[in-house]
Amino acid sequence: MRDQVDLSGFVREGEDGMRRLDLALDGVTCAACIGEIETAMGRLDGVTGARLNYTNSRLALAWKTPSFNPADAVERLRTMGYRAYPFEIAEAEARDSEQAKHLLRCLAVAGFAAMNVMLLSVSVWAGNVSDITPETRDMFHWISALIAIPAAAFSGRPFFVSAWNAVKRGSLNMDVPISLGIILALGMSLVETALSNHHAYFDSALMLIFFLLTGRFMEQAMRRRTRAVAGNLAALRSPVAARIEADGSIVQVPTARLAVGDIILVRPGERAPADGLVVAGASDVDESIVTGETQRRSVAEGASIYSGTMNFSGALRVRVEAAGEGSFLSEIERLLEKAGAERSGYVGLAERASRIYAPVVHVTALATAIGWLIAGASAHDSIIIAIAVLIITCPCALALAVPAVHVVASGALFRAGVLLNGGHAIERLAEADTAVFDKTGTLTLLEPRAANAGDYPPALVEKAARLARSSRHPLARALAMSAPHGALFDDACESAGEGVAAVVEGMEARLGSAAFCGVGAERPDGAGHDASAIYFRHGDETAMFLVRQTLRADAVETIAALKRAGMEIEIVSGDNEQATRAVAEALGVARWTARARPADKVARLEELRADGRRALMVGDGFNDAPALAAAHVSLSPITAADVAQASADAVFLGERLAPVAQALAISRKARGLMRENLLIAVVYNAIAVPLAIAGLVTPLIAAVAMSGSSLIVTANALRAAPRSEEAADVDAGARAPATQAGAPA
Amino acid sequence: MTILIILVPIALLLGFVGLVAFVWSLKAGQYDDMDGASVRVLMDDDVEDRKP
Repeated sequence: MRDQVDLSGFVREGEDGMRRLDLALDGVTCAACIGEIETAMGRLDGVTGARLNYTNSRLALAWKTPSFNPADAVERLRTMGYRAYPFEIAEAEARDSEQAKHLLRCLAVAGFAAMNVMLLSVSVWAGNVSDITPETRDMFHWISALIAIPAAAFSGRPFFVSAWNAVKRGSLNMDVPISLGIILALGMSLVETALSNHHAYFDSALMLIFFLLTGRFMEQAMRRRTRAVAGNLAALRSPVAARIEADGSIVQVPTARLAVGDIILVRPGERAPADGLVVAGASDVDESIVTGETQRRSVAEGASIYSGTMNFSGALRVRVEAAGEGSFLSEIERLLEKAGAERSGYVGLAERASRIYAPVVHVTALATAIGWLIAGASAHDSIIIAIAVLIITCPCALALAVPAVHVVASGALFRAGVLLNGGHAIERLAEADTAVFDKTGTLTLLEPRAANAGDYPPALVEKAARLARSSRHPLARALAMSAPHGALFDDACESAGEGVAAVVEGMEARLGSAAFCGVGAERPDGAGHDASAIYFRHGDETAMFLVRQTLRADAVETIAALKRAGMEIEIVSGDNEQATRAVAEALGVARWTARARPADKVARLEELRADGRRALMVGDGFNDAPALAAAHVSLSPITAADVAQASADAVFLGERLAPVAQALAISRKARGLMRENLLIAVVYNAIAVPLAIAGLVTPLIAAVAMSGSSLIVTANALRAAPRSEEAADVDAGARAPATQAGAPA
Repeated sequence: MTILIILVPIALLLGFVGLVAFVWSLKAGQYDDMDGASVRVLMDDDVEDRKP
């Protein structure tokens, strides 16, 4: 029997009396799911609206009657084979989505204005070489001004605001020359129009805004997509805790709503949702996510356990403690603070370029004006030429050079199953020359698996896995991961400590101990001391599954690929020597350290740094968090502890290790393209600036040159995406994430 | 060239209608679920309703 889930904290009540709830769903894999889910939800009593967002797998439920319990919807979804978890849109994600809408509105206005002004400008350019009358030209220029100035004021705000903030801080960023270019181009055009002159730059200014906004929007859209996936995974990972109320009843509450002093129940097969003290019960716990140690620890009344610890044998009652008074967590926090500070000083390629670029441009424009004045030109002409220099050097290509590659590369990384945390991760990843791996949960899978599931027919394994999903026992949970989708058997009934049984296809199926299934308990020779067996019988078919911690399926190839890419590999594990050596030997890694405490890991990384090496740290546990923050760049699997994920530069999804090698390859390629793009921008300026200084730039040349350089840079950036056959291979990995992430729940 | 007095406003008006339509569709949330929209068009849930 399942306990009622208390979702009231997540229900939003609207002014119209409607109640709404957002659920993150796991298992939405095909378009047919949309109809299935929406129809099933619509049939529930009281539900007035159910809409599934297929892009981010979120279901929005709406109902009016207060008597409707949303937990029924969650339960209905569970029986259909979807896991649903209450979901709250994180503040960062909400802000991003608001910003994206603002950018899109700006983009629409800039696009509309640019097209219409271009329509008028082309007529003027054609007319200037044929028979346009000055009156018509002036009218066209005035209409252009009427469209361009309000449109630029509206759609240029993202640049103006950022530039103004930079100037207020007394610094220069790329947006300062951009804003200056836009404002000067518009101002000068207005003066030229008033003087009835031939040329106006309204079109250039608007095209510039349009191109730059496009780049910015794309970059933002990529980040938003990553955030949405990360948000879902967070909801799926640590949803609810079983809180014991004062009257002894058990209520499932969201982990975030736990308070100090609450008593929670941690059943076998569950992870502790918070740090706490055991107040009743005794059990073996697996702390591999905390320390990397795979040997289970016995705990009893009075022992403290950390959040993320897997409870193996007996139910525990745990009192939630405030801050981690256990010296372990506070030590981690202290190390994290120190490590984080060292890295924040990193300056990306784009910042370095703009720090040099902005002053150079402003000085060049000033020098041009003074030079022409000395050469005897009128003040009006000198200023016009200086402004032309500012417009043509307006860092369109430069501003797009790095972000465009970021967009394409992070898209490629996303498809490879890597979600970026920090903006500079790509550049730092490309610089890495040493890879330091944690063992437990990183090179091996965190959750034990049925190691020999491949030896049995898939249909049999699927039946066993579906039956296993009805059980809370850790071995059954491990087996359930062999076939992550598929509905439960309705009448499955669990006998505690023995197994679970159900009627399948008219015959009884049993899963559990050898005695429960009535099969012989002999183990094959190669089973090893670290494996536990679980038995399955369905009619005449029998199976024995060996459950143990396994290396990620492609760990050997990935390590080999990394070595080929010129990386030095090391393993630094918190686990015991025997286990670490076995993994190191299996992977052919010569350098390994066992029983490393968090401080030892950081010390090892600092040694590497002192040797002039740039280390990529890959790890998942609490104990890895300081090392992840201290490394030059760091990656975490998505199953990692929260604190480890937060301090890593990127997380990777799925059960394979390949994303690590792919991330490295994509980043290296991307950094090459960034450099190429910056070079293109420099070459463009080398050609355009002398023309502008010589006073030869007409609006037509400015418009063509600026758009042309932007297009070249953007087209070059597209090469950062892997070719289609590589991408297809990679896609398979990216589809796995949600299933994997649900595992610890 | 007096025809321009009619043609230019018409051109601008058409562009403006397009802009308003876009901003409306953005507000109406039509870009919130791009993947879903492409498959929803193929769903025959409306056919089911007509069956007795």
